[in-house]
Amino acid sequence: METILLFTPLVGALVCGFGHKILGEKVATVFATALLFLTAALSWIVFLTFDPSAHENGYYTVEILRWIQSGSLDTSWQFRVDRLTAIMLIVITSVSSLVHLYSFGYMDHDPQWKDGESYKPRFFAYLSFFTFAMLMLVTADNLVQMFFGWEGVGVASYLLIGFYYRKPSAGAAAMKAFIVNRVGDFGFALGIFALFFLTGSINFDDIFAATPMLAETQLGFLWTEWNAANLIAFLLFVGAMGKSAQLILHTWLPDAMEGPTPVSALIHAATMVTAGVFLVCRMSPLMEVAPEATAFITVLGATTAFFAATVGLVQTDIKRVIAYSTCSQLGYMFVAAGVGMYSAAMFHLFTHAFFKAMLFLGAGSVIHAMHHEQDMMNYGGLRKKIPYTFWAMMIGTLAITGVGIPLTHIGFAGFLSKDAIIESAYAGGSMYGFWMLVIAAAMTSFYSWRLIFLTFYGKPRGDKHTHDHAHESPMVMLVPLGVLALGAVFSGMVWYNSFFGHTDTVGKFYGIPYAEASAETHGDDHGAAKDDHGEAAKGEHHYAFAGEPGQGALYIAPDNTLLDDAHAVNKWVKVSPFIAMVLGLSLAIWFYIVNPSLPGRLAQTHQPLYQFLKNKWYFDELYNYVFVKPALALGRFFWKRGDGSTIDGALNGLAMGIIPFFTRLAGRAQSGYIFTYAFWMVLGIAALVTWMSIGGGAH
Amino acid sequence: MIPADLTVILPEIVLALSAMAALLGAVYTGKDKLASALVWLIAGLMLVLAIWIGTGSDGSRSAFNGMFIDDGFARFAKVAILLSAAAVLVMGQDYMSRRGMLRFEYPILVALSAVGMMVMVSAGNLMSLYMGLELQSLALYVVASLRRDSVKSTEAGLKYFVLGALSSGLLLYGASLVYGFAGTTDFAGIYAVAQHGEVSVGLLFGLVFLISGMAFKVSAVPFHMWTPDVYEGAPTPVTAFFASAPKVAAMGLFARVMHDAFGHAVEDWSQVVALLSLLSMFVGAVAAIGQRDIKRLMAYSSIAHMGYALMGLAAGTAYGVQALLVYLAIYVSMNIGTFAFILMLEKDGKPITDIRALNLYARREPGKALAMLILLFSLAGVPPMLGFFGKLYVLNAAYDAGLAWLAIAGVIASVIGAFYYLRIVYYMYFGEEGEELDSNRSPILWGFLMASAAVMLLGIINMFGVEGAAAAASVALVN
Repeated sequence: METILLFTPLVGALVCGFGHKILGEKVATVFATALLFLTAALSWIVFLTFDPSAHENGYYTVEILRWIQSGSLDTSWQFRVDRLTAIMLIVITSVSSLVHLYSFGYMDHDPQWKDGESYKPRFFAYLSFFTFAMLMLVTADNLVQMFFGWEGVGVASYLLIGFYYRKPSAGAAAMKAFIVNRVGDFGFALGIFALFFLTGSINFDDIFAATPMLAETQLGFLWTEWNAANLIAFLLFVGAMGKSAQLILHTWLPDAMEGPTPVSALIHAATMVTAGVFLVCRMSPLMEVAPEATAFITVLGATTAFFAATVGLVQTDIKRVIAYSTCSQLGYMFVAAGVGMYSAAMFHLFTHAFFKAMLFLGAGSVIHAMHHEQDMMNYGGLRKKIPYTFWAMMIGTLAITGVGIPLTHIGFAGFLSKDAIIESAYAGGSMYGFWMLVIAAAMTSFYSWRLIFLTFYGKPRGDKHTHDHAHESPMVMLVPLGVLALGAVFSGMVWYNSFFGHTDTVGKFYGIPYAEASAETHGDDHGAAKDDHGEAAKGEHHYAFAGEPGQGALYIAPDNTLLDDAHAVNKWVKVSPFIAMVLGLSLAIWFYIVNPSLPGRLAQTHQPLYQFLKNKWYFDELYNYVFVKPALALGRFFWKRGDGSTIDGALNGLAMGIIPFFTRLAGRAQSGYIFTYAFWMVLGIAALVTWMSIGGGAH
Repeated sequence: MIPADLTVILPEIVLALSAMAALLGAVYTGKDKLASALVWLIAGLMLVLAIWIGTGSDGSRSAFNGMFIDDGFARFAKVAILLSAAAVLVMGQDYMSRRGMLRFEYPILVALSAVGMMVMVSAGNLMSLYMGLELQSLALYVVASLRRDSVKSTEAGLKYFVLGALSSGLLLYGASLVYGFAGTTDFAGIYAVAQHGEVSVGLLFGLVFLISGMAFKVSAVPFHMWTPDVYEGAPTPVTAFFASAPKVAAMGLFARVMHDAFGHAVEDWSQVVALLSLLSMFVGAVAAIGQRDIKRLMAYSSIAHMGYALMGLAAGTAYGVQALLVYLAIYVSMNIGTFAFILMLEKDGKPITDIRALNLYARREPGKALAMLILLFSLAGVPPMLGFFGKLYVLNAAYDAGLAWLAIAGVIASVIGAFYYLRIVYYMYFGEEGEELDSNRSPILWGFLMASAAVMLLGIINMFGVEGAAAAASVALVN
């Protein structure tokens, strides 16, 4: 089943991409979509029936083929199915299948293409190929296979960002995404090399088993010696930074919005950009023994969450707002992973996929309704025109801002997962992370509501004609929104205990061995209370994770009691994100409903700050100045001087000057007279005889 | 004694007697009317002989007190000679008869020269060497000037004759020096003399003269000057013949003399052969660039190719000889296809040899152009084709023998040489609009062209077993 699940998207991509001329556009795209739904159905079966306790160490593998045997490198093409994989499977395939469906509506009559041009099969083929690559990434059993998927999604992302290849900006954005990711991949690759160098293997099992050794090892790199675990964890995280658009390597993500909106929903919100989080969680045994690296991850994640939220405050392009929001939410996930609460990171990844995909698809629906107008300043009052889209966006916003009932487990998906992260950050002792995330939560609330108010409330702005013709999207676009809405509302509540319940529920979910902490147990009622995960059970049972690295989908070191600590934090900590959310909401209401002229005036009076945020902290300009220009200059130098003058010049000189000279010489020698020929023969023999008598012959 | 000797040399006797019988028969009966039938007969006979030799006895035998040696090496060369001669005979038949050139002497002379070649590669003595060489050469002089009414053809024949005589003189002088200093004309005897103590200067002089004489036959630089003129002047089927069987025979003889007679002076002759190889590769590549006539171009091409083949010989090892034989086999099969193509080029019934006439040939004849493209890539030594593996073989052999500089030079020369092969491809596919050539529908030529192109592609799988045979042959020669 796993094999079918994993390869059907590839079949879909190939058939759709290469067979659409034979099958026809309609059949090809429907075929690819149908296969994706099949994959999604199988994924849910895998997720729901997966029982970690039925397998040794909580996972099983499916071998496809022997892959690389070279020296000590011995690798199979092998799928590893554990809880982490299962979570990713449903996230990827659910969102992907819905995006496929949605694209039937969104990509219909795209104004970028002329009548009669065939672009849809290409689009669907890329989408399916992306899904395949992403599945390869998350099911990998070794780092090279993962790297294959990693690069595969990179290629798919490149192709889809540049899908509108006639737009120069789309081509530039695609290149930017590719090149920035290359920087990250360099780190990732170095990390893989270092792991292979030290452990002699790239298979997860071997690496995990070797992590205690890595923690003790010193490795010389660049100018000095490093702790191997920290160094490798950092290098792998550099890869994650690139893919997940964390600060320093984040610049490609907003530009990636040049791609069609379904692509933004699938790749740049729900799946590919979370690959970095997945990588860090997958490598949890390594992260657990790399305190400095994880501290760095925490700080960087928190900073990204804060930075992206500030930029999101002032953007006016609807997709860019959501893009920065994604960047910011990814920062949340890294904070959770950084402090050692991998499960909370996965929880947020899981819920975020639903509500962020939904926000993007909702934004796509708005854009579709407004004839591909993306500037929110030209929206306004669309609530009545596109009611279903409005409600979908509303649910998405409620989810991302974290609306719920404080101190209970009832609320939208984002409420539960985001609070889990903030509590973990506090419990993990990262005050910087905690405060950054709370402030970012307030800003998230502000810019998300700002988006809603600017788009759906107030008076229509911009082109009147466009507003008159605004229309609700077709059913193929609304149905995915509805399905995702279910996820955005319920996914948090349903799986709260599995991701962030107590040690035993989490342990069972991931297949991590746990044992009753020996000190204060009520050993006799062990069996009775086992199924009771309610609040009442709190404090009565004390379980602790007791796995070895490699047992279970995640490794939680015995001294990592974060899960219990997070539940035990002060009430004010638990309430703080809610307060931040309410604060942001009130500000947004005041700015955009009560007093709509205020933002403009504020921007006027605080021009430098406004420009600073509007220009995304000038990262692009800085990079342009520091990296792009010198690189271009260097490239031009090598091109013109090195390649053009030196290499081409030398070759051309040889080919056009020297060789023809000899050719003419040979032609002149070939006079046609017998005596010339005979002369050359005699000359030849004289030379040979002379050489023979002077040289080697006369020894 | 005599009957046993005759069994060893039986294939040669059969071919020689058949040629003589055919000569007598034809003179007293139909003369030129029988020419076509004779072509087929003799080609068929050659094919039968090739199969006979190829599947016949193993091991080494010698006859006439070591004058004539029949070993694996000789058999390999003979099969190649007979097959290529038969192929060229069949290919040229239609071309010549339509132009009234097909005289009955032609197949007979080819058969006699083949006998000479077979004796050459089996020679075990300077005497038999010279006998075979002259039998071959005399027949070739005549076929070169087959078109007696054409100035160019007669000029070609005359030039070849005069220069050939000069080279024969050099060779004979060398042979006499060798005899004088070794006291014997027998290869085994010379081998034994060289074994005891060092090689005397007189013997080395003789060696150099011998090498010069044989270098003329393989058209190695600087003894190559006759080649372009003769290739251009001779009728195309004759040129095709010149470019195939005699090259194999001369190379075979070269290797035979070097290893059988001078096997103890490898360092002495290896540097001379390496020099000839180097010069041939570069002159072949550089001089061909200026050529517009495809036959002259093929002449320089064959000079360059002989340079590569000599590289295998220069290695002085069994592996080198194996590389040489593999290279020759590949070279001959490429050449047959290429000449089949050249024979098809005509306009208003007249043969065309200017490569510019091939402008946009691919549009009119996509199949043939594609086959020619494969052959040209193979001649240039571009990887997936067999020609590349031939080059790789000799480069490997040279490198293993410590002649890395020669191998590097060979690579550079092949880059230069690729230009003129690819220029033909350029004309065929991207040239300007030009006058159309006649469409020649000869199935025989078409078949040879396609088969040769197919061999270039399919041969990379296992080279049709040539490698194994060449390895066995080289072991028979070098021990």
